[in-house]
Amino acid sequence: MSENIRKAQHTIISPILILIMFTVMLFLVIISVSCLGHIEISWYQVVKIIYANITFQKEVLAGFDDVVTVVVWDVRLPRIITACAVGGGLAISGTIFQGLLSNPLADPYTLGVSAGAAFGASLALLLNVGFMGGYSVPLFAFLGAGATLMLVIFLSSSTSQLSSHNLILSGIIVSSILSAGISFIKYIADEQVSVIIFWLMGSFASKTWTDAILVTSILIIGILICLFYARDLNLMVLGHRTAAALGTNIRTITLVLLITASMIAAICVSVSGIIGFIGLLVPHMMRSIVGPDNRILLPISMIAGALLLLTGDTITRAILPHEIPIGVLTALIGGPFFCYIFRKQQLERGTF
Amino acid sequence: MGYVLNQICFAYDQKQVFENLAITFKKGYFYGILGPNGCGKTTLLDLLFNYHRPNKGHIVFHGKPINTYSRQSLSQLIALVPQDFDIQFPFLVDEIVMMGRYPHLPRFSRPREEDISMVQQVLKKTGTWKLKNRMITELSKGEKQRVVFARALAQDTEMLLLDEATANLDIAHSLHLLELARKGVTESGKTVIAVFHDINLAAMFCDKIIFMMNGDVFAQGMVNQVLTSENIKSVFHVNAKIQFDTETKTNQVIFKRAYEHDN
Repeated sequence: MSENIRKAQHTIISPILILIMFTVMLFLVIISVSCLGHIEISWYQVVKIIYANITFQKEVLAGFDDVVTVVVWDVRLPRIITACAVGGGLAISGTIFQGLLSNPLADPYTLGVSAGAAFGASLALLLNVGFMGGYSVPLFAFLGAGATLMLVIFLSSSTSQLSSHNLILSGIIVSSILSAGISFIKYIADEQVSVIIFWLMGSFASKTWTDAILVTSILIIGILICLFYARDLNLMVLGHRTAAALGTNIRTITLVLLITASMIAAICVSVSGIIGFIGLLVPHMMRSIVGPDNRILLPISMIAGALLLLTGDTITRAILPHEIPIGVLTALIGGPFFCYIFRKQQLERGTF
Repeated sequence: MGYVLNQICFAYDQKQVFENLAITFKKGYFYGILGPNGCGKTTLLDLLFNYHRPNKGHIVFHGKPINTYSRQSLSQLIALVPQDFDIQFPFLVDEIVMMGRYPHLPRFSRPREEDISMVQQVLKKTGTWKLKNRMITELSKGEKQRVVFARALAQDTEMLLLDEATANLDIAHSLHLLELARKGVTESGKTVIAVFHDINLAAMFCDKIIFMMNGDVFAQGMVNQVLTSENIKSVFHVNAKIQFDTETKTNQVIFKRAYEHDN
């Protein structure tokens, strides 16, 4: 069954075409969700505002209500772009981790990046660190994620190879220690505890252009590095020995991709809090559409992740009567959906 | 030309595998490596394509130390059929075989006409043509092993390393694939270094046999010289009768049960 689908896609719709379709769709969705919110704004106005701001032609906006311009350009678009970049970042990070660890169940948080970021953020919130203004918490989150990654790599590196079993195991151990630490921080936090809990559940509310540009630029650098090594990542599925015999430098590529994917995940978590399931779900869905070749899977996952998280964020921002944390929403929708596709794949293969 | 290994020492963390190993492999022969489990056969192959590096000693490949070659250039000269090929992601069979062409292709270029025709040729030769549009994850173990073999042939190298490459195959496919490897040696002057468990298969296809024991060479030479019941007794602790088969012109082994008088 699934075999026929893949075969059809190989001959009829080329993966490149799917990628272009997804990208066009993303731009259309960005424009149409910019219209949604407390104030209804027509798509014509949105396009004009974006055009005017990108080309610095303020005169195009003559006769526009200032409130409309501010709402679209300074409130909605930074949030929308940040949500897209975080969604794309989590999706490519998940794709890399799954390929690198040869484990379809890996996600950006497998190596404890989320636990590290959460611990850093909780600590900053508990101690009320304020020397960097609003960026203290993201900075602490990022440092926490980076330190966790270093520790996990250190724990799992034996003399010769970085084995995926060692990495996963070290990630689980470090994560559970950090989770206990977070629980302890919550316990002693008193009135700060609600702030910590709210941060951990993730949100894109009141994101600025600084956030959007920061995440987007990290994402662009990250995807370029990942695409450069995408062919070697394909070879890693054949096992380390075969990949080496086919000319891959296992240790270098493992380290470079591990650090790149973790840094992307870390910056996403720092900006938005912990958003689950995107990094696990998107690579799975895209692999069943375009196949497992990372050279096409990576860009398509990035676009699909952006679409999915933007949709999720729009639902909580503009459609639901009260905003609920995006991390909760993705888990509530993503979790059951993952169960569904997982079950379907199992039935198709006929193995339980 | 070929390999010269001299005074090789190798250890995994604590476990010593080789202490002062010396072997020479000449170009244009089919070598069979035989020995009990854990004697270092697979590790020897790992040293031969520079996956592991010896702690001491030198491996000279075509007159140059092997560690002076880049991974890329080694992959154009040496192909490996591994023992383990647990592939987690649903690549199509022809995608897997095309991976054998990667060493000959720059990072971002698409497969050329010659790569596509090489892949088709190899799929046909190995009898995996009708599997080409199937996902590797859906194949049986034996089918996977044939695809992995095809991938190594698509690499089109002068040196082929086989690590129990026919362990999961039925006898017809084993004979067929080993015949392909043999043809490469006889007709194109390639070199095959193969780890075997089946001594009779080794005897049929190899020019030379190397018996390994405890990380060292126990005996080596032309098949009919070293395939003796004394050597098999010493290496495997099994009693065997050797018969000369007039048709294949090689010695063949008939094993005797270990505890004949038990029941």
